[in-house]
Amino acid sequence: MDSAKSDIPQGTLDLLILKIAALGPIHGYGIAQRLQQVSRDVLQVQQGSLYPALHRLENKNYLAAEWTESDTGRDAKFYRLTAKGRKQLEAETANWSRLAEAIGLVLDLSAGDAR
Amino acid sequence: MNWLSRLLQKNKMERQLQSELEDHFNRQVADDLRAGMTEAEARRDARLKFGGLDKITEDCRDARGTTWVTSTIHDVRYALRTLRKSPGFTATAILTLALGIGANAAIFQLLDAVRLRSLPVAEPSRLAQVEVRGGNHGFGVNSSDETSLTYPLWLQIRDHQQSFSTVFAWRTIGFELGGGDRPRDSTGMWVSGGIFQTLGVNAVKGRLFRVEDDKPGCGISGAVISYPFWQTEFGGQDSAVGSRLIINDHPVDVIGVTPPSFFGLEVGAKFDFALPVCSMAAIDPGNPMLSRRDYFWLRVIGRLKPGVTMARASSEFDALSPGLIEATTPTGYVSKALEVYKRYRFTVAPAGNGVSELRRTYDDSLWLLLGITGLVLLIACANLASLMLARASTRSREMAVRLALGASRWRLVRQLLSEGLMITAAGAVAGVTLAGIFSRSLVRFLASNGDQAELNLSLDWNVLAFVASVAIFTCIIFGLVPAFRSSLVDPGAALKSGSRGTTAGGERFSFQRILVISQIAVSLVLLVGAFLFVHSFRNLMTINPGFRTHDVIAAYVGFEKVNVPAARWGDFSHDLLEHIRSIPQIESAASVTHLPFAGSWTSGIDVNGKAGSTKFSWASPDYFQTLGIPLIAGRDFSATDTRNSPHVAVVSESFVRDFLPGANPIGQVIHVAAEPNFPATTYEIIGLVRDTKYSGLREQVPPPEAFAPASQFPYPSPEVDVLIHSAAAPSAVIAAVRAKMAERSSAISVDFDILQEEIESSLLGERMMAMLSGFFGALAALLAMVGLYGVISYLVAMRHNEIGIRMALGASRRNIVALILRQTIVMLAVGVFVGVLLSLAAARSVASLIFGLAPTDPLTIFAAAAFLITVALLASYIPARRASRIDPMIALRHD
Repeated sequence: MDSAKSDIPQGTLDLLILKIAALGPIHGYGIAQRLQQVSRDVLQVQQGSLYPALHRLENKNYLAAEWTESDTGRDAKFYRLTAKGRKQLEAETANWSRLAEAIGLVLDLSAGDAR
Repeated sequence: MNWLSRLLQKNKMERQLQSELEDHFNRQVADDLRAGMTEAEARRDARLKFGGLDKITEDCRDARGTTWVTSTIHDVRYALRTLRKSPGFTATAILTLALGIGANAAIFQLLDAVRLRSLPVAEPSRLAQVEVRGGNHGFGVNSSDETSLTYPLWLQIRDHQQSFSTVFAWRTIGFELGGGDRPRDSTGMWVSGGIFQTLGVNAVKGRLFRVEDDKPGCGISGAVISYPFWQTEFGGQDSAVGSRLIINDHPVDVIGVTPPSFFGLEVGAKFDFALPVCSMAAIDPGNPMLSRRDYFWLRVIGRLKPGVTMARASSEFDALSPGLIEATTPTGYVSKALEVYKRYRFTVAPAGNGVSELRRTYDDSLWLLLGITGLVLLIACANLASLMLARASTRSREMAVRLALGASRWRLVRQLLSEGLMITAAGAVAGVTLAGIFSRSLVRFLASNGDQAELNLSLDWNVLAFVASVAIFTCIIFGLVPAFRSSLVDPGAALKSGSRGTTAGGERFSFQRILVISQIAVSLVLLVGAFLFVHSFRNLMTINPGFRTHDVIAAYVGFEKVNVPAARWGDFSHDLLEHIRSIPQIESAASVTHLPFAGSWTSGIDVNGKAGSTKFSWASPDYFQTLGIPLIAGRDFSATDTRNSPHVAVVSESFVRDFLPGANPIGQVIHVAAEPNFPATTYEIIGLVRDTKYSGLREQVPPPEAFAPASQFPYPSPEVDVLIHSAAAPSAVIAAVRAKMAERSSAISVDFDILQEEIESSLLGERMMAMLSGFFGALAALLAMVGLYGVISYLVAMRHNEIGIRMALGASRRNIVALILRQTIVMLAVGVFVGVLLSLAAARSVASLIFGLAPTDPLTIFAAAAFLITVALLASYIPARRASRIDPMIALRHD
C-alpha cells in the first residue's frame, strides 16, 4: 500500500496549502484531510510538518489566521488566504504549470525527436 | 503580526501553538474513533500520522523568525552572568578599553572639529576660495596666511568672474566696542554685501546684508550681530534689532541677527558682529586698506554655478589672471619687486570647511596623535586578548563538555564573542564620556594667553561612527581571536587531561607569544616617538635666540585718541619712551618698529653694487642693550642721531657675511630701494651686532638684519612698541607703565606681552606633543610590561612540574631563573628588532614636527630600546624568581 504513495516534491507543500486555503477558511486538520482526499491518498504528508509551513506562510502574510468557534464547539485556528497570498498562489500555479509542461515535453521525447 | 510583536508575545504564541496542535490531535482521534478504532488505537494512529511533536513544535518556533533574537538574549544574559562572576577582570577590561577608546575619540573629536566638519551653511561643498596659486609670496603688506587678496583685486574678481553664481569677500578684525574710557575688545568681520546670500544663511531676527547694502560711500549702514553676541549683549531681546552699538567710537545700528549655528567662516574663532566693507571709510577713516593695491587682507569665497566643477573654476580663474593683474598692479615699487606680483596666477580651493588657524598649526600633530592613541589601544587590546585566552584556557573543560554534548563551534564562538561585545560596549560608552573630558582639557591646554578656541566639540555622527568602528575593531581583536581559538579545543583531549596543565596548549601559547612580541615592537615605536618629542621640545626650550627673553616686557602704546598732529607722531613716541625710561624699576627700555618673532619687514638694498634684501627695523638707542644683543664693533645709536642728522645703520653678522664678506663693515654704505611711503635712502653703517633669530625659534639660519635709528623712521604712526628690561615683577612694571602713561594722557592705551610667555606659548604645540607622546609612550611600555609579566607567569604555571623535576635533579635556582628569562630574551630580541625597523619606517612622518635632531637619531632609538629592555627584564624577573622558589617536593606531589 505504501508503494502507491509519493512524497511531496520539495517546495510544493506551500503551493498546495495556499490552493486549499483559497477555497475558504480552514483549520490545520482540515487542510491535512483535504490534501489527502483531493490527491486520492497518493500524496504522503506527515501531518505535523504542515504546521511549520502554515506558520511560515502566516508570517509572510500569505495566510491570515483567526481563532473562531468550530464544529466541535471549541475555538480552532482558521487560516484564510490574503490578497497577497492569492497573488502568490497565481504566480506559483503558473510557475508550476510551466515546469510540469516542460518536464512533460522532455519525458515525451522519443529517440527520433532528439535529432 | 510583525516579528517584534511575535517576539514580545512569546508566551501567548506558545499557548496558541500548543492548543492548535492539540486541536489537530483531538480531531484525528475523534475521526479514528468514528471509523471504529478503539481509544488506544486511535491515539496511536494520531501520533503516528502527526510525527514527532517536539521537533514540530521547535520547527514552528523557528518559523517565527525570532530564534536568533532569543538565542542572542541567552548569550548576552550568560555573558553578563560570567562577567559578574569575575568583577576584577571585567573592571580591568572595561577601564582599559574606556581609556583607550576615550583617548582615540578625544583626538578624533578635535580633528573632526577643526578639519572634517563642514561650515554650517547651505551646500558647503559648493563653496570655493579664490587664491593666488602657491600663495602670494609675502609681496606688499601681508598677513601670514598667504591666501588673502587686496581690495582692488576683490573688486576686479567680483566684476569679471564667471564661475560663481555669487561671491563675497571677508576678513575678521579686532574692534573696540562701547567707546568711552574703557572700550572692550571685540571681534568683527568686514564683509561684502553678498556674504549671507552666498552662504545661504538667513536672519533669525531682523535682516542680513544684501548686495545693495555694500556700495562705495555707504557711510555707516548698520551691523549684523552673531547669535552668541545677541544673547550675551542683548539677552536675546527682540529690541536688539534697531538698537545702537558703539564700534570704534562710531554709533552703528543693529539690523539683524545670524542663526545660532553660524560661527563665521573661521573654525575655532567667533565673531561678534559683521560690518559691510563699504563702511570702513566711515568707521575707520584713514585706513588705506580699501585703496591700497599692495595690502593683502581679504579672503574671497564664491558659490560655484550649477555644473561648474572646482577644476573648471580654477582654469577659468587662471585664464582671467592677466586681466586681473593688469588692472591692479601696485605703484611705487621698483620693477624688480613687481615681478612677483605680475607672475600671480589665480586658482580656487574648496572652502566648505572654512579656514582655521588651529588647523594649520595642529593638523599634523593631531593626525600623529590619533596614530599614537590607536597604537596604544592596540597594545591594550593585545593585553585583553591575552587575558581572555587565559580565561578561556581555564574554561576549556566547559567548552569540551558543551562540544561533546553537540553544541556547534559557531555557537561557542558566538557565546564567547558576546562576552567581548559586552565589555567593548561598556568600554565604548565610558570612552565617549571620557573623550569629552579629554578633548575639552586639550583645548584648554592649547589656549594661548587665555584665548580659548571656540570649537564645537559636541558629538556628531562622524565621532559616533568613529567610536563605533574603533569599538568593533577592538572587539574583533581581543574578543574574536581568543573566542575562535578556544572553540578549537579537542573535546577528547581536554576532557582526558583533567585538571592537570594541558600540554596540548602549545599552539595557543605561541599566539600569546606573538601578542607580546608585537606589544614590545609597537611600544618601542611609541617610546622612540616620545623620546624624540621630549628631546625636540627641550632643544627648543633651551635654544638661545641671541637675545634676552627673560625679564623683558613688550608694551604696545597707542595714542591715536590723543590730539597729536601727524607730523609730531615721531616726537611724541620719543617723548613717551623717555617717560617710560624714567620709571626707577626699569633698567633699560627701547622702542622698535618690529619686535622679534612678530612679523617681518624686508627691504630691497644695494651694497657696493651687490643687490639683495635684508630685514629692516628702526630702533631707539639702548635697543641692543635692552635685549642683551652684543655690539661687536662700532657704536650704538645715540641721542645725536636725529631726524636731520646723516642716516646711519647698525647691521648683523649675517648681513656682513651676505653683503660685505671679509670687509670691515663700518663706514660702508647701504642703498635702500623705494617703496610706497618709504623713499629711497642711503645709510652709513656705524655698528655691527651679533646675529639673533628673527622669525622664530625654529629658524636655522638668521637672515641678514639692518637697524636704523627710530628717530629716522620715515612713516610714523600714532603708536609705539617699547621693549622693557626690568628684573622687577612683571605686574609691578606693567602697573608702573600704565600709571606713567595715564599721567601723560588718559586717552593713551597700553597693552603688554611678557616676552618669555609669548615664546613659551608659541611652543604650546611642541609642549603638547612632548607631554602626550611621553605619556602615551610610558603607558604603552607599561601595558606591554603587564602583558609580558602575564605571559611569563602563565608559562611558569604551565611548567610547574617540569621545574620541580629539574630542581629535584639538581638544577640551581639560578638555572631556573635563566631558563625562564631565556624566554623573555627571545621575545624581546624579536620585538625590539621589529620595533626598530618600524621606528625607522615611521620616522619620515614626524620629521616636520621635531626640531634639532634627526627622526632616525640612533642615540634616541638606542636609549628607547635600552629603557624597554631594562623594564622588560624586570617585569619577567619577578615571575622567574617565583619559579625558582618552587619547592620540588610540593610541585611533584601536586599531581
